[in-house]
Amino acid sequence: MTLWESLVRSDGRPSGALSDATRTVRLAELVEGSFLCGPREALRNRSVVLAIRDPLTAALAMIELDGTVRRMVLCPAGVASEHMPHVARTADADAWVSDAAGEPPSIPVAVQTEAVRVLRPCARDRAKSRETEWVLLTSGTTGAPKLVLHTLSSLISAFAGRPEELSPGRVWSTFYDVRRYGGLQILLRALLAGSLVLPDPEESIPAFLGRVAAAGVTHISGTPSHWRKALMTGAAETIAPAYVRLSGEIADQGILDALRAAFPRAVIAHAFASTEAGVAFEVQDVKAGFPEALIGRPEHGVELDVSRGTLRIRSPGNAQRYLGDSPALKDEDGFVNTGDRLELREGRYYFMGRTGGVINVGGLKVHPEEVEAVINAHPAVRMSLVRARRNPITGAIVTADVVLESPQPDTHSAASETLRENILESCRKALAAYKVPAMIRFVPSLELSASGKLVRRDA
Amino acid sequence: MNVRSTITSMFETVAREQQRQLAVLNDDLKLLESGLDSLSFALIVARLEDTLGYDPFESAESFPVTFGDFVRLYESSRP
Repeated sequence: MTLWESLVRSDGRPSGALSDATRTVRLAELVEGSFLCGPREALRNRSVVLAIRDPLTAALAMIELDGTVRRMVLCPAGVASEHMPHVARTADADAWVSDAAGEPPSIPVAVQTEAVRVLRPCARDRAKSRETEWVLLTSGTTGAPKLVLHTLSSLISAFAGRPEELSPGRVWSTFYDVRRYGGLQILLRALLAGSLVLPDPEESIPAFLGRVAAAGVTHISGTPSHWRKALMTGAAETIAPAYVRLSGEIADQGILDALRAAFPRAVIAHAFASTEAGVAFEVQDVKAGFPEALIGRPEHGVELDVSRGTLRIRSPGNAQRYLGDSPALKDEDGFVNTGDRLELREGRYYFMGRTGGVINVGGLKVHPEEVEAVINAHPAVRMSLVRARRNPITGAIVTADVVLESPQPDTHSAASETLRENILESCRKALAAYKVPAMIRFVPSLELSASGKLVRRDA
Repeated sequence: MNVRSTITSMFETVAREQQRQLAVLNDDLKLLESGLDSLSFALIVARLEDTLGYDPFESAESFPVTFGDFVRLYESSRP
């Protein structure tokens, strides 16, 4: 079934609407028109990069192209231009859709089309349809995005065919970009039943929340970092949702309590989901972590497993595979290893950071090795260990333990301070701000394992 | 140094480091209008924990909205 077929009612027209700061589009408009220029037939069976800047325009293009194209690649805001040729080549792209502010084709393509903000009348043949591959981008180890392959059925598996998840009349909103997994989940839920208020990339949080309030949003989602930021504006209390969802980062007790206090009557739900593993579960008890009982008891086909302290998920919501030469997405048992470490305490599992030490700073991933390489390049440094430190604002921040070539007798002396500042300065020159250590500690030595590798323990 | 002046100088230090234009710090200043971003606040809170020895966000009932709220949160949580 295509997305269009899933959202039309018995009268052949979809209900629902999408809105952003400047316009509202009723989905029924798509019956007689299109927001894409040129004949859509030219895009049939092609692999299309959606390099559209405007999120609402991108969402409309997804609805129009699902069932027609072979593959569509969703490019969220903030993908660096330098990575686009890699994305396009890995996706085997032969067509490109952008809008006025969007990215032009980075490789030669057979078909180039513009998505516009004004509906153009057009007749269309929806009879011929095919399954479209949906490709999402996620951050990779080297900075270049990884391409994750889904189908519509894997993307909607957490709610399709479940009436309790799709009661009509819900007005959804999300802080997420709808081209990222977390935002796409909300877009698809809203399309199947309800409507959606999209954030505008240029808009302040209070202005966005003002629209959310005015539209009577009932269900709203974001990462813990999105919510912390919203609470700090003081504008969060102006909205009155019935359901508040957190996903994408560890929801600690602090943010859950703050949301409970801000929205006393709402359901506060924190979900575990990732682009690769899909949606695994949702917990509504406003307590950090999740009950032990969720492990090993399949629900709606979603199986959770803890192997060597790490969460694994096998589910209809799993992505199929990575495109390109990335490692296998699933292990031999068909599970996606999430890389999230768990600890069991009194019948509840708690998230303890990630294996491989990837640090999540407010939703942005930092690979410790990248930061260590910069620090280690400093002439006064022998070696370093970069770790996460828990933080109530961004979930985590980066810190570094550094062993110097010639140890300083006093790590708080003026000479030490100068050296510390000097190392930080080289980090600021070479790294994005969120990757620069928040603090550097000089230590006499670092623990190495039997195989000679740095022992990594997350804070 | 009292809590308020420690906080004020931490705001100034981090703003300088992050190359952000800090607004004049008075109690009514909304934090989101201070010129600092989330990362800056994350750095401020982490370093204040090292300097003052506590993190009031662990048990905070609500998030501070203004600079005055922020200072009061630290003053009232002092162990």
